[in-house]
Amino acid sequence: MTTLNPAQMDEIAARHPAVFHRSFWQRFRVAIITGGFVLYALYCWWFFAIGHVLGTANWNIAGTYLADWVSYEVRPQVSIAPDGAMKLTYPRFSPLGPNAEPDWVEIETGTMTRTLPNAGAANSARKPAAMGFMGTGGAVGGSAAAAEAVAAATTSEEEVVKRARITLNASTTVDVVPGSVTVQHSGETLVVNLSDMTAEGTLPVWATQKAPGGKITLAFGFAGWGEIEADDVSIRRRFLGWANFLFDTNSPFHGKSTSEVLSLIWSGERIDPKQSNLSLAWDNILYNSEWQHLDVWTKLLQTIVMAFVGTLFAMLLAFPLAFLAARNITRSWISNQLTKRLFDFLRSVDMLIWALFFTRAFGPGPLAGMSAIFFTDTGTLGKLYSEALENIDDKQREGVKSVGASPMAVQRYGVLPQVMPLFASQALYFWESNTRSATIIGAVGAGGIGLKLWEAMRTNSDWENVAYMVLLILIVVFVFDGISNALRSRLMGKPAH
Amino acid sequence: MAMNTLHDGFSEKGALIERHWQELSARRRVYTGLGLAILFVALTGSLWFANETNAGKFFDRLPYFFDFVGEMVPRDGMEVFRALFDLPSPYDDGSFKYNYPEGRLYITESLYVPEYFHKMLETLNIALFSTIIGMVFGFLLCFLAAKNLVANRLLRGFVRRFMEILRAFPEVVLAGFFLAVLSLGPLPAVIAVSIHTVGALGKLFFEVVENADMKAEEGLRAVGASWVERVWFGIVPQVLPNFMSYFLLRLEINVRASTIIGAVGGGGIGELLRLSIGQGHAAKTLAIVLLLLVTIIAVDQFSAWLRRKLVGDHAFRLAQ
Repeated sequence: MTTLNPAQMDEIAARHPAVFHRSFWQRFRVAIITGGFVLYALYCWWFFAIGHVLGTANWNIAGTYLADWVSYEVRPQVSIAPDGAMKLTYPRFSPLGPNAEPDWVEIETGTMTRTLPNAGAANSARKPAAMGFMGTGGAVGGSAAAAEAVAAATTSEEEVVKRARITLNASTTVDVVPGSVTVQHSGETLVVNLSDMTAEGTLPVWATQKAPGGKITLAFGFAGWGEIEADDVSIRRRFLGWANFLFDTNSPFHGKSTSEVLSLIWSGERIDPKQSNLSLAWDNILYNSEWQHLDVWTKLLQTIVMAFVGTLFAMLLAFPLAFLAARNITRSWISNQLTKRLFDFLRSVDMLIWALFFTRAFGPGPLAGMSAIFFTDTGTLGKLYSEALENIDDKQREGVKSVGASPMAVQRYGVLPQVMPLFASQALYFWESNTRSATIIGAVGAGGIGLKLWEAMRTNSDWENVAYMVLLILIVVFVFDGISNALRSRLMGKPAH
Repeated sequence: MAMNTLHDGFSEKGALIERHWQELSARRRVYTGLGLAILFVALTGSLWFANETNAGKFFDRLPYFFDFVGEMVPRDGMEVFRALFDLPSPYDDGSFKYNYPEGRLYITESLYVPEYFHKMLETLNIALFSTIIGMVFGFLLCFLAAKNLVANRLLRGFVRRFMEILRAFPEVVLAGFFLAVLSLGPLPAVIAVSIHTVGALGKLFFEVVENADMKAEEGLRAVGASWVERVWFGIVPQVLPNFMSYFLLRLEINVRASTIIGAVGGGGIGELLRLSIGQGHAAKTLAIVLLLLVTIIAVDQFSAWLRRKLVGDHAFRLAQ
């Protein structure tokens, strides 16, 4: 092993000044650029108030919304009248449909003699809770107002719920009887006395009560959650999956198993005498009021059509214009500059501006989106095409010209074979990428599935519909990606990836 | 028989070749014609479908189109600049159409930033910040997706699919979701654009890495360097210029993307543009369009200049 003496080292250093005496910028550029990015990130932290926004964000809601993508809630509600009569109801648009009797909600019913104030009297003044009991006890001789109230009340025998037992999962049950609620969750038991809203013992971690005597909120994780109030216990049980994906609750096929539906379609009697069961089932699927399959598919097709027509027209217009813009093909400075500046203008006026502009002009719908894509992409494709034309090999043109071909024939046989695969490949690439961007310009009103997505998200309650549409969009994008890549690699003769 | 006359001047083998060529070109013509016919049918069908499902039919709406263009002409040319710089308008009648000075953002007693410049800065910041975030994560992910650095098919496939999903996931949904969680403001737009950028840059990056020269990496492997050291000293120096070039290219795209996201509720200049076009405020709209046009051209030119310096002319190949 040889060792270098200082003189040899100096000699080497002198021979390679580029390595040993690099400028300040060369030595520290990575550090400077990285430092610049870090400083800029800090500035953005302040500019967007990121710390504040993240701190005040409601992350529990985020979890619920995410769970809504792939699951749904059923909301049984037990209302407890002051006299102890209970009633079990579901909201109007329950996924179970009207008159549902799920097996995880057990109820015991019984008859009860109730005295209820008349509708008119109930409206004029809300009676205190004890008044009903006084009335049944026959408290005559009270104040005149009380006597009037009793006179206005009617007594009847009614069938009411005596006890409701709601099972959320193997370890979680909510048992409601008049006066108290017993909740069991993962081995712990909570008993709530409804008359003064107090719990026996301390509250388990999954139950919270913000103010003494106020409502108690129960959180059971993914299984669901619930709220206990003095006159009302509402439970939400969460189920994995999409509810009523094929048939909505108004459909005669709702709630039937696959084999039942199939046998109805195959050999059942006509449910609607006007049409066969098959076409009825298909109609019910298409016009499903929750999932709106037909509308979603139409909007998705609009998005696809927008991208297809927009890109195709852009290619057809950009093609001749690119020949005018290419310096080596059209030898006129004015026509080169005019077309190039036109391309720049079309490209730089953003797709958003064109989309808003055409939405105002044509009304909301795919025509606006199509025109927006057409205008923007004429600029982009024109620029790319003219650059490709300026980079062609001139020998082929010269060869064709030298045998006395007409100008058109020179372009056709001297230029086109060189650039055509590239042109088609670029058009395909833009077709594919426009399929993606057409979604978002749709959201400003330019047609397609974007607006439908945006409307579904605005209510914050239809996240499962959003998930459905996103899934469809992803499938379309991946399929088109595949088609476009396959075509492009055939055109270019090598894998495009 | 007409074909045979063509072959007169050929030898027997020449005639065979000629016949083959004729057959091939005839078949090719049939395929081209068939392809064009399919394209034509698809186009006609698409146009019909688009016209049917549009709110207004194309030919019915065409006259209104020119009305609308007429509406977009301001009262006088200077109005556009008054709107742009928040100067008081002589036509001010208290309506939102002419209330330019109300958008002023005062820094000191008398010095103010015009509203549109402030919002444009917000949009630019959304674009730049999310491109940086996208680059950081794309940089971290891309080496795991490159065939020449990761032998494990499973890991590589997983990272690639992950990036594909990030790229294909509609930005508008990301923006909408984070708007619901984070409430109004530019941050949802930043997150939406960033997530998309991670996927897009990650893909471009790993393709660059796969095309990198492996000699440096082999040398480091020979002296026993770890995977991280091999990547950091063997691969990163040669791919960095290309990465920066793609970063700039993405920045151009993201300026546009953040304008659009702004229009669907993400703040910035896009939102103002949507409102002013919707309400028919001619001067305001033109001012915003002018500002956007100048900004986009400036960003494009700057990025093109820097990319040319970084990697030379081949930065201008079609970016895929």
